[in-house]
Amino acid sequence: MDFAFSEEQEMLRRSTRDFLAKECSPKVVRKLMEGSGYDAAMWKKIADLGWTALGIPEEYGGAGTFLDLVVVLEEAGRALLPGPFFATMGLAVPAILEAGTEAQKKEALGAIAQGSARATLAFTEPSGRWDAGSVSLKATRAGGGWKLEGVKLFVPDAGVADYTVVVARTRGDGRPRSEDEDGITLFLVKGRPAGMTVNPLETLDMTRRWGEIRFDDVQLGDDAVMGAPNKAWPHLKRALEQSTAALCAEMVGGVQKVLETSTDYAKTRQQFGKPIGIYQAVSHKLADMLVLSESGRSATYYAAWAVDADAPDRSLASSMAKAYVSDAYRKVAGDGIQVHGGIGFTWEHDMHLYFKRAKSSEVTLGDATYHRELVAQALDL
Amino acid sequence: MDFDLSPDEKAFRDQVRAWLKANAPRDGDGDGDMETFIERRRAWQKKLSEAGYVGITWPEEYGGRGGNFMNQLIFNDEMILAQAPEPINVIGLGMGGPVVIAHGTEEQKKRYLPPLLSAEEIWCQGFSEPNAGSDLSGLQTRAEDRGDHYIVNGQKVWTTLAHVAKWCMLLARERKEPNPRDGLTYLLVDMESPGVEVRPLVQITGDAEFNEIFFKDVKVPKSQILGEACKGWAVAMTTLLHERGTLGLALATRAQITAAELAEHARKLGRGADPLVRQKIAQHTIEARALQLNGYRAVTAVKRSGIPGPEGSILKLMWSELNQRMTETAVDIAGPSGQVSDGDGWKYQFLRSRANTIEAGTSEVLRNILAERVLGLPRSR
Repeated sequence: MDFAFSEEQEMLRRSTRDFLAKECSPKVVRKLMEGSGYDAAMWKKIADLGWTALGIPEEYGGAGTFLDLVVVLEEAGRALLPGPFFATMGLAVPAILEAGTEAQKKEALGAIAQGSARATLAFTEPSGRWDAGSVSLKATRAGGGWKLEGVKLFVPDAGVADYTVVVARTRGDGRPRSEDEDGITLFLVKGRPAGMTVNPLETLDMTRRWGEIRFDDVQLGDDAVMGAPNKAWPHLKRALEQSTAALCAEMVGGVQKVLETSTDYAKTRQQFGKPIGIYQAVSHKLADMLVLSESGRSATYYAAWAVDADAPDRSLASSMAKAYVSDAYRKVAGDGIQVHGGIGFTWEHDMHLYFKRAKSSEVTLGDATYHRELVAQALDL
Repeated sequence: MDFDLSPDEKAFRDQVRAWLKANAPRDGDGDGDMETFIERRRAWQKKLSEAGYVGITWPEEYGGRGGNFMNQLIFNDEMILAQAPEPINVIGLGMGGPVVIAHGTEEQKKRYLPPLLSAEEIWCQGFSEPNAGSDLSGLQTRAEDRGDHYIVNGQKVWTTLAHVAKWCMLLARERKEPNPRDGLTYLLVDMESPGVEVRPLVQITGDAEFNEIFFKDVKVPKSQILGEACKGWAVAMTTLLHERGTLGLALATRAQITAAELAEHARKLGRGADPLVRQKIAQHTIEARALQLNGYRAVTAVKRSGIPGPEGSILKLMWSELNQRMTETAVDIAGPSGQVSDGDGWKYQFLRSRANTIEAGTSEVLRNILAERVLGLPRSR
């Protein structure tokens, strides 16, 4: 057993951090946050570094492992990298890998690895839930293909995705039922077919864009179906486990950055003639933030390994990580503002960007309460 | 990163598993009163040590197994699976042995380590005093230099196992120095010496698990100095690092056991239908797992540096506070029955856990250590 990244992975971490410090400074993040949220030139640089090939098998044009991707995602989270990197690499790629046909993998993964396509996963609906029973978007047989009718909400980076993995219900009466794992089909939608409209949402965390996608009588060919109709849930579930580990990696990068920034501030900010970090009311808060950061990281790294190695506890490990890290990021980001005092509450300071990212990540792929319930089920309570 | 066991590690695991299956005392046996408890645990340690499962990482020439930390981890995990009790000599194994290995002479290692492993000689720790708890260097027990021996006078308190111990790791003041950390001498005191008196200290559980030790003109030969005279502080710090680091791993193991027992307790009581209970127990289980994974990461770090770092304080801090929450949940979910004296031991554990955040470094001291030595914040004292 070895619970550490390899030397090569640590090198990748250093070069990623250097690149992001230069290319994705807080100034850049704010510009994107206030603008379109996506910078094609930055995407090209990212692709040139090989990040968009990580975790994609060589046969589809990829290079590098999922754990390499975890390292990059952690740094991306630390820098609050805006744009569809997580949506593409963390959400869409695992779904395509788990459920896609050979032809779909060749085409979509190849384009993603090359840097010429971005992608996302359209799962949630107005209920905001992440279980199988929440899926009610209807796909029915029509002509030689399929017809999609319904709404997907809170879809990350829907506006810039070239491929959208759509989770649809193809059996049953369309009424959400939590036990309804049978009857779910995935579709790989390329571009914007007629009847598909994307409406951007204004959200708390504008470093990450969410959109509403409306499917109004959207016609798709049979080649859009991913795997066997009605039987997609087990594949999607595995993909979501991987996505969850990937998101946790991004989150622990943010946690660590908030801890470092707050610790530095406590060392230099003087009150009553002393650095505030000398007062235990402050230093003990930072010690607690350290415990949350370290534990979140341990849980995340293990989950990443477990999904990658297909360990028997991969599902439990990813739920444990998401439950822990969701709470940890929210708490640490909030305490980070508190340690900074008034300056931490200003628009000018970066603390609020992390506080908002913490909140938006918390509800993505299921919050702590949802994942604790999954853990309780695994404990047979 | 790799959590799979190597073929050697697998072979070791299988061997331990088979041995524990054949030899571990049954869970339902019960420990009875304090005397029976001590004798049963002593016999259990003897059996373990004869099989080579005590002092797994200690050098072979002193009776250890000469194994690595992975062997220790595997052994700990197997102990959980087998629900096997801990050996009796917890203080000696967690602190006494490691500190003798680090600071002892060749003669001392040969003299003290083998009977410690076999539980023929039990160890206790004489650090805390009525007026020196967290501020250890303020201790008042005196060691007076009389040429080839010392005369020790003073009082120690909160001494686990003192009533059955053969050796006490005693920290005493030999000289007054401007810096109170100078002038302290670390002695191994024979608890059978004339002038040593042990008085049980009844605690909030009603049991007397701790003791006070009174030293009145106790003669201690200089051959029983550990390290150098007047330089006992460094030896004491090694002891505490091991207490919080190596012992931290054992605590991570214990947290797994407690979490599993708590889940079983909830199932037996039929409380699994209550969503709040489910959430709580899942959260405890997740924290116990995060604690264990932190321990695994610490082991990887120790493999590189050789000694446990201050990060070990995280394990002890997390365990103590988690154990209080877990035992409280156990009592709470039993309702009024949780108040009644019972056979399952939760009421006792609930009370006993209040000491967890005080013994072996209070949570306040541990947060200071994390703030100062890990985060580099200014010293508060």
